[in-house]
Amino acid sequence: MAVETKRLLTTSKAISEAIAMEMERDPSVFVMGEDIGTYGGIFGATAGLLEKFGPERVMDTPISETAFIGAATGAALSGSRPIVELMFVDFFGVCMDQIYNHMAKIHYESGGALNVPVVVTTAIGGGYGDAAQHSQTLYGMFAHLPGMKIVVPSTPYDAKGLMTAAIRDDNPVLYMFHKGIMGLGWMTPNPRATAHVPEEAYTVPIGKADVKREGRDLTIVTLSLMVHRALDAADELAKEGIEAEVLDLRTVIPLDREAIVASVSKTRRLLVVDEDYRSFGLSGEVVSTVIEGAWGRLERPPVRLTYPDVPIPYSRPLEQFCLPDRDKIAAAARQLMA
Amino acid sequence: MPSNETLREMHHQMVRIRLFEETIQKAYFEGKTPAFDIAAGPVPGEMHLAAGQEPVAAGVCAHLRSTDAVTATHRPHHVALAHGMDMKRLAAEIFGKDTGLGHGKGGHMHLFDAATNFGCSGIIAEGMPTAVGHALAFKKQDRDDIAVSFFGEGAANQGAFHESLNLAALWKLGVVFVCEDNAWAISVPKEKSTAIANNSDRAAAYGIPGVLIPDNDPVAIYEAAGEAVARARRGGGPSLIEVKTDRLFGHFEGDPQLYRSKQEFALIKERDALRVYERRLIDTGVMTSQDAQATWDRARAEIGEAIEFARSSPYPEPASALLHVFA
Repeated sequence: MAVETKRLLTTSKAISEAIAMEMERDPSVFVMGEDIGTYGGIFGATAGLLEKFGPERVMDTPISETAFIGAATGAALSGSRPIVELMFVDFFGVCMDQIYNHMAKIHYESGGALNVPVVVTTAIGGGYGDAAQHSQTLYGMFAHLPGMKIVVPSTPYDAKGLMTAAIRDDNPVLYMFHKGIMGLGWMTPNPRATAHVPEEAYTVPIGKADVKREGRDLTIVTLSLMVHRALDAADELAKEGIEAEVLDLRTVIPLDREAIVASVSKTRRLLVVDEDYRSFGLSGEVVSTVIEGAWGRLERPPVRLTYPDVPIPYSRPLEQFCLPDRDKIAAAARQLMA
Repeated sequence: MPSNETLREMHHQMVRIRLFEETIQKAYFEGKTPAFDIAAGPVPGEMHLAAGQEPVAAGVCAHLRSTDAVTATHRPHHVALAHGMDMKRLAAEIFGKDTGLGHGKGGHMHLFDAATNFGCSGIIAEGMPTAVGHALAFKKQDRDDIAVSFFGEGAANQGAFHESLNLAALWKLGVVFVCEDNAWAISVPKEKSTAIANNSDRAAAYGIPGVLIPDNDPVAIYEAAGEAVARARRGGGPSLIEVKTDRLFGHFEGDPQLYRSKQEFALIKERDALRVYERRLIDTGVMTSQDAQATWDRARAEIGEAIEFARSSPYPEPASALLHVFA
């Protein structure tokens, strides 16, 4: 009789484990960023690395994103494979030139001659009262600009596999982790943020979405923390006889359009749940993908449940009003089925 | 004092840069007369030429090897050539040809060359952090290669300048920061943009050596760079060198330069560092005027070949625009 042994890790531990294993495997990998050493990363993504690898490979930086993110590009061009942390994605404004005019464009500008293998890790998302400058997801903002892959894990398993894949990738990869999936003791508990993670190294392929729950009646396309919200909603809906399929994108760039079209072709109904701003972004791209790829299969016009086009407010009732959640997802699904 | 051979080689570099820039200038205006249309002719887009700034490139790059990283600016040709970039592939890139460094994808402000570890950025000061990163990688890899970051005086008021100096100083990285002060940030003179007279003084804020070369003299630049490069190579950390140089042409070609006076044009023409330097080498017996002429002839032939290569090369396949977004 097979005995199933579970190796339960939080998402943040899964991420730091992946980094540690790649650092052991490849001496050219190193980590730098604000508070990633002694502190272990504000969201724990680099916990324990300093003790294991020392300050030469786990480097606390000054609050100087332009310099150290730009330095990651230079180091990558000269043979290193840096992992560099932008503490909150919202801080992109002070260093976006280094990310998008340099890191993301040099491979193209060089006609493919030079590679820039950098992983930029960054914390995203709100729901805990951190207001307008520390709560955004900004998927659409980054995904709009070509040259960087973007991965957005939702589970500990995917987090480890996507981090391993990102480090081994020869392109710049933006690795966005939602604070609400990390399993941090100081965030609202999320039971899915702790799960079995295999001990050995493995990759989750970049560019492949994952059906987190199968269903016949509608497809909920979503990512990151909203996967958890969608799964909660799907459990509610199942009690009413509605079987929702939850498709976790896992990667924004390149977007797994095939998986989106395949799922919606089956269920004939699309609900996009996106914590990012509504307009000109990810939710619209998913809808376009379905219109282009599954037009004739659609039973109903697609529905989007997103963050509205407003800066993220501080006060709890204001923020909660704006955020998609389980009940709003379930309500939108019911409407789509009606 | 550099050897006579080095003095002659710097002269050679300066000559080929000057001729290259003059040749590109002529090519740039093909198809752009009588009415100037920036998109027309064999060389479209903005064109920033570095005539007058040759001493900085020649004096600094004389100390470098091809594995040293160099980052330059929107005005990069002089540095690229002095650091050993293949002139044919440079010219072909400027002409947008498939044989160019980036197969026509980069253009003259975005030159990247693995063979000489060269890169540049069209965004003011933003090439500097990359140089810091090259030096960081060299340190991690226990190499004694160094990084040199060229930038203009206009860049010294950007955050990236200060962040880069701080980080390089903090981590004691082998970077030589070279400020080419040509006095003009497009049309804004330095005294209207910068709170102090000499950016080299800003080195003190980061606890690193700051050297001022007041006169665009290739020998003085060579000597200051020699010290800074040696210091960087032996793990002594970064330095800042500031050179008061001259931009003989406009900010970009087609710039009417109404902001510059007739006196200034006369002055910079009269003190043209290349002519002054050449005269000095002849007067001090380092070379004869026949040697000088031979150098010009040699450079002219090299440039003729490079431009011919660029002109006769094919354009890239249009749909190749979609390639090389990802490795």
